[in-house]
Amino acid sequence: MNEGLIIAIIIGISIASVPLIFAAIGELIVERSGVLNLGVEGMMIVGALAGFVVEFHTGNSFLAVLAALLAGMAIASIFAFLTQILLTNHVATGLALTIFGLGIAAFVGRGYTEVRIELIAEIHIPLLSDLPIVGPLLFSYNPLVYLALFVVFLVWWFLFKTKHGLILRAIGDNHDAAHAIGHKVVRYRVMAILFGGAMAGIGGAFLSLVQVPMWGENMTAGRGWIALGLVVFSSWQPFKVILGAVIFGGITVLQLHAQGFDIRISAQYLSMLPYLATIIILVSLRMRDKNKTNRTMPNCLGRIFHSTT
Amino acid sequence: MSNRRLSSILKLSLLSAIMAFTSNVFADPVKAAFVYIGPVGDMGWTYQHHDGVQYVKANMGDDVEITYVESVPEGSDAERVISKLARKNDIIFTTSFGYMNPTIKVAERFPDVKFEHATGYMRADNVSVYSARFYENRHVIGKIAGRMTKTNIVGYVASFPIPEVIRGINAAFLAARSVNPDVEFKIVWAYTWFDPGKEADAANALIAQGADILMQHTDSTAIMAIAEENGIHAFGQASDMSAFGPNAHLASIIDIWGPYYLKRIQAVKDGTWESTDTFGGAEEGMLVLSSMSNMPKDIQGQAERTFKGIVNGIINPFTGPINKQDGSPWLAEGETPPMFPDVLTMDFYVEGIDSQYPN
Repeated sequence: MNEGLIIAIIIGISIASVPLIFAAIGELIVERSGVLNLGVEGMMIVGALAGFVVEFHTGNSFLAVLAALLAGMAIASIFAFLTQILLTNHVATGLALTIFGLGIAAFVGRGYTEVRIELIAEIHIPLLSDLPIVGPLLFSYNPLVYLALFVVFLVWWFLFKTKHGLILRAIGDNHDAAHAIGHKVVRYRVMAILFGGAMAGIGGAFLSLVQVPMWGENMTAGRGWIALGLVVFSSWQPFKVILGAVIFGGITVLQLHAQGFDIRISAQYLSMLPYLATIIILVSLRMRDKNKTNRTMPNCLGRIFHSTT
Repeated sequence: MSNRRLSSILKLSLLSAIMAFTSNVFADPVKAAFVYIGPVGDMGWTYQHHDGVQYVKANMGDDVEITYVESVPEGSDAERVISKLARKNDIIFTTSFGYMNPTIKVAERFPDVKFEHATGYMRADNVSVYSARFYENRHVIGKIAGRMTKTNIVGYVASFPIPEVIRGINAAFLAARSVNPDVEFKIVWAYTWFDPGKEADAANALIAQGADILMQHTDSTAIMAIAEENGIHAFGQASDMSAFGPNAHLASIIDIWGPYYLKRIQAVKDGTWESTDTFGGAEEGMLVLSSMSNMPKDIQGQAERTFKGIVNGIINPFTGPINKQDGSPWLAEGETPPMFPDVLTMDFYVEGIDSQYPN
């Protein structure tokens, strides 16, 4: 097992975790505002298709990522309208949008299964990328990888260091009180939902623009659902999303490599572990000190807001 | 009975007899349905089945009415889909191994509907099975791989440990070893038929571990694309994947289902359908080798001759002496295995494969 292989494994795990980071950090903002968006998978897949289509027709990666962002936001806007204006049940609406997103992506994407595109190139910083071990490990990733890390930092800074982030968290914990004080609950939630959709879209685009240069129906293969579990696993805290994404995403990659080495780890047990950990964390959250509100579930998660004034 | 009445009855009977006789000629179109495991656009397994369906449509025109359902997951939902189709169709083709139990269950409830299950082994009066000796083509690409590899490591992305996949691995390995005694196979089980992201991860893992030739028993073109990205070679699965790897593509195994489908649907129309077990191969035209590329002429020539040998029934990919992975003898010198149980329910690796047999 030489160092080249270890580097390849670490790079593989990093690549596998990026779509999850994007989708989960977006969903984290949404859930912090008190909305439970189960439509993440649908938003990811339309992002994947939109990114692929625009990249195929224009060859411009920037436009492709932008298209993915907008596609995710479009589905999210449907979700926002239904749950915040029409006051529908979050869970049912989210599920319906996942199914819708998967279906419409498959339908529109029919003509694109036979083509391929060029992958987005990795960056190359003149001196840093050429360093022996640190080079490929830290400085030679695709720009979207660095974007993911930056977005996580941005979300952390927004939630805990700005006034609007504080208001968002307050809305998520007690929307009636926030409304009584005069904060615009619906407006914050709609913004949060649109952000979540945009991130999910980019996460999906990462799959079709970076990981595999092709489009296939259902190519997200459940990553949206994994992202939802990830948000809980991370106790709604931004930096823990990265940790969780690496664990969830890395498990699959590690297991594939292990097979190549003929190390007998049952695939099914390994895949179960992250979800088992999520359940344990959920249970332990209930038992924790109620005053540490940073690490508990937003109190109003999933509850429909009926303004009384 | 009065004469008039008798004459009416006779006329009516004659008319019915004539109508029954000619009903075959002016019959309603045969209604055939297909259940696919993946999307038609997978450019692989399902794409080839659909290609067969187009062949039937081209040959039968209005005499057949075709319905197809894509991406049906194996398991309980499959049963729902097959039942629904059974209410309206005369013959149903279920094109994946995992549809075996649902097909048998639904067939029991609809004894007048015919079922054809691909790559399975359970039959009934109204259930046929059909498959192709895919391992014959694996034998050919195994030989190509053995000669083309420079690192002597061939990466194999397998799907599920079922006999069909095991046969493919064994056949490819034996063929590769026959031209290159030092070649090793690294086998990774993806536990999916179609997941481009996971297949790409598996391909990357194998490349990181030294493989410079990739083989797959999964259905997407991701592995070919990853091979192209990394400047190595790969073989396509079920359909021609050269468009996805212009420099990587060596050869693809192509399944040809059209003639078989036409024969079976025609049999339903003619009322001659019977439960059968078809296991065709290159000889029967159910398999072809795609055009080959990116290899020296002499290797290509050898591959073509090998394929011809299989078509003519001269070469059998499983010809002794072969031992099982644990060393116990399987085939003696020159001996070829019986179809049942050895080939059809193959559940062991042959000697020389390093990986542990999956459970």
